[in-house]
Amino acid sequence: MDKKFTVGMAQTFPRLGDVEFNLHRHLELIREAQGLGVDLLVFPELSLVGYTLRDLVPHVAVRPSPEHPIWKPLLEASRDIALVVGFVEEDERRQFFVASAFLDGGETVHVHRKVYLPTYGLFEEGRYLGAGSGFSAFDTRFGRAGMAICEDVWHLSTPYLLGVDGADYLIFCSASPAYGVGTDQEGATANAATVTQFTKTYASLLTSYAFHVNRVGVEEGISFWGGSMAISPRGQVLAQAPYFEEALVPVEVDPGLLRVARQRLPLLRDEKPLMVQNELSRVTSKESGDER
Amino acid sequence: MNVEALLLQDVPLVRRMLVSALRAELGRFGFKKAVLGLSGGLDSSLAAYLAAEAFGAENVLAVMMPYRTSSPDSSRDAMEVIQRLGLRHATIEITDMVEPLFAKIPNMGSRRQGNAMARARMIILFDQSEAWGGLVIGTSNKTELLLGYGTIFGDMASAVNPLGDLYKTQVRNLAREMGVPDAILAKPPSADLWPGQTDEGEMGLTYAEVDKVLCLLVDERLAMGEVVQAGFSEKFVRQVWRMVQRSQYKRLPPIILKVSGRTAGWEFRMPRDWGT
Repeated sequence: MDKKFTVGMAQTFPRLGDVEFNLHRHLELIREAQGLGVDLLVFPELSLVGYTLRDLVPHVAVRPSPEHPIWKPLLEASRDIALVVGFVEEDERRQFFVASAFLDGGETVHVHRKVYLPTYGLFEEGRYLGAGSGFSAFDTRFGRAGMAICEDVWHLSTPYLLGVDGADYLIFCSASPAYGVGTDQEGATANAATVTQFTKTYASLLTSYAFHVNRVGVEEGISFWGGSMAISPRGQVLAQAPYFEEALVPVEVDPGLLRVARQRLPLLRDEKPLMVQNELSRVTSKESGDER
Repeated sequence: MNVEALLLQDVPLVRRMLVSALRAELGRFGFKKAVLGLSGGLDSSLAAYLAAEAFGAENVLAVMMPYRTSSPDSSRDAMEVIQRLGLRHATIEITDMVEPLFAKIPNMGSRRQGNAMARARMIILFDQSEAWGGLVIGTSNKTELLLGYGTIFGDMASAVNPLGDLYKTQVRNLAREMGVPDAILAKPPSADLWPGQTDEGEMGLTYAEVDKVLCLLVDERLAMGEVVQAGFSEKFVRQVWRMVQRSQYKRLPPIILKVSGRTAGWEFRMPRDWGT
């Protein structure tokens, strides 16, 4: 398990609502990544479909089953390389979710449904999509991992839950629009600066690897900033993709760094999830009671 | 509160975002060329610089559309931009187009005549768009759009508008960064629809002041009372907000009267960039 491996961050510009085209592009990038020695290739949020879908949601939704014509070639490709792909998932009851799936060895290992659907400002996900119901870490051949999608990561509890569930590798997939062009952060939009800051913080405090893979390109006049990053368990930037440009960035991951980081800062060892649970029970029971 | 600082931007970042987005939004529909009306004013000059950077000067058609009373300075400044960038260009006078209409309808007044001229230019640009094989680049800035200082279906018409989220103050800063000639940066903004017209004279306000108030009301989401407390006269703040309110219709597509269960704009909500 302590063998080094290579993560590829695929910073793509999906074609809005054109699943076939995007699938083709995924397969091309998978081949390219294999040439670079990538073991795990991570695509951004909704990489198979694009972001500002609105009423296209039912037109592009996929059942992540081995027979599905979009899923099948991805599963095939995952026999040689592990993948994280972003899509709109349709469930058995014909409901739609923003989802990212971890594929490996020809199987769907884990699907995370986005829990926090931003529905404010320029975001309108809650109008078109259903929300996921939780976060769980899962085992992979690289170690235990956890996934979260864009707005999920802006909620503090998300990385915490994944961390206490044993995730050593936090995989964050985003379609993050670029906005806020003040003069206080060099070359990055305000929200890009915030995401960079908290991704480093999460990795440092959870002494875990964090990967934030964000898309680029433009939809409906909205630019997506890219800047995908890999952060070490000590909060250092191991690799960062450029802003606003497509890129495939490989980064070598040394699981041994987890061991070093956790000797230095044994925060996870000393974490008290039961205490947190008790405190949350107290707080939430008060909130639902008469005192409110 | 330092309101001036709120209007400051990371100008190279804005330039990078606008150029790449302009390229992407035209490219997705198969276009690599652009056309725009170039008056020699600040907004259209900046739009020309952005388009030239996005598509290459040889792929940008700048159309000058003077009326017989248009200021000769405007044409001179427009030619300066064309020559500096190496844009393709054409001059199509609108005098012969609009004067028969003015003759038919006496006492139109300068406002109606100005609107007719703006719409005549729109007809030319969209026709050139088809002939040239490039989309029309808009030149309305955020200040004008919010105040409604523009002609609906006239100069407000375009396929993609790179300036619509920049206040006039910010347009000026980006134009300076991109090397727009000093003479254009220095002259008072004018629609040049009649001799001596200036935006600030016609609206009875200055861009420097109104940009600050709009920034506080719109971007910073302050209430009118809070803007007054920040040091602006209540009368002025109310005037600005009323202008924004009264021009809301100009920033939206026309109202469709609903009868069916799936109406364009309500239940039928496809993205504009669908499939691209």
